[in-house]
Amino acid sequence: MIFIQLFIAFFEIGLFGFGGGYAMISLIQGMVVTRYHWLTVSEFTNVIAISQMTPGPVGINSATYCGYTAIRNAGFSEFTGIIGSLTATVAIILPSLVLMIVISKMFMKYMDSPIVQDVFSGLRPAVVGLLAAATLLLMTPENFSTPSDPWTFWISIGLFIATFVGTKLVKINPLSMIGCAAFAGLLLLY
Amino acid sequence: MYWTLFKTFIKIGLVTFGGGYAMIPMIEADVVDKYKWVDKEEFVNLVAIAQSCPGVFAINISIFIGYKLRKISGAVCTAIAAALPSFLIILLIAMFFHQFQDNKIVASIFAGIRPAVVALIAVPTFNLAKSANINIYNCWIPTIGAIAIWLLGVNPIWVIIAAGFGGFLYGKYIRPTE
Repeated sequence: MIFIQLFIAFFEIGLFGFGGGYAMISLIQGMVVTRYHWLTVSEFTNVIAISQMTPGPVGINSATYCGYTAIRNAGFSEFTGIIGSLTATVAIILPSLVLMIVISKMFMKYMDSPIVQDVFSGLRPAVVGLLAAATLLLMTPENFSTPSDPWTFWISIGLFIATFVGTKLVKINPLSMIGCAAFAGLLLLY
Repeated sequence: MYWTLFKTFIKIGLVTFGGGYAMIPMIEADVVDKYKWVDKEEFVNLVAIAQSCPGVFAINISIFIGYKLRKISGAVCTAIAAALPSFLIILLIAMFFHQFQDNKIVASIFAGIRPAVVALIAVPTFNLAKSANINIYNCWIPTIGAIAIWLLGVNPIWVIIAAGFGGFLYGKYIRPTE
């Protein structure tokens, strides 16, 4: 049932989540939205947004949030939702616990070996692809609306471009950008 | 010791916004300078390994420190401490949000935030491409990976597995012949 699926899904995310928080976003999206439909695209994007605004790693934030929301969306109570968030969060941490301990105990000396380095050198470009895919998969009508609703559509596009330029070229703090976007949303998209 | 570990890593879990790597100086200040649990060189090594390994970076590095000091129970202690602040804060937000997500004000705020968030994920893509040395010769790797995930619906996990395996094969069979 759903708790077992939740556990296995986030265990896999913890196990294969190379490349940091953003790459993990791609994996979480693959499980939570694409495969299991526990969250819609916009719900998932909300999670990422909230994760940017709160302390803590995006992996933990996403696991906690998705775990709770998935269970609630399936019709369970608030308390059961909390169990869901606990399940997902424990599941995402567990592979790290096992792996880091095993490495500490025995494999520390192998981390520099050519084979391990080769594997990582293959992963590095792939993680770029994961991020690109995550971005592309979030470019949906749920997040941006469609040209048939030009007001929302073009404002969304504008917010995207403004944030992109602001963060990349002007180096504005992402948190500030989210704040501006929130304000803009309230003013223009109410 | 457990309490000190727990307290330290709760603090670490509480003050990183957005990404684990920004917390490295903070962790170093406590773990290397203040408590001297590891020396500088070992710390740099642990950071490199924790970054390369799968899973949440902050959790990974917490586990390394915790294990070094108190073995498995230490590792569990630090892992829980690092995850706890996020867990509690996000859980509260999730519970609150679930009630209010249909509220017009909340909905419009997030309708504005969502496109911005997509941009915030797009930006690191380019930065990461630069730091991963993506050039004309290896750009096919992220391109094919992205297309597979985006258009063909391939689970990203398979892309990770294929890429890791590919790296291994390249190192073993192709590079020796170059």
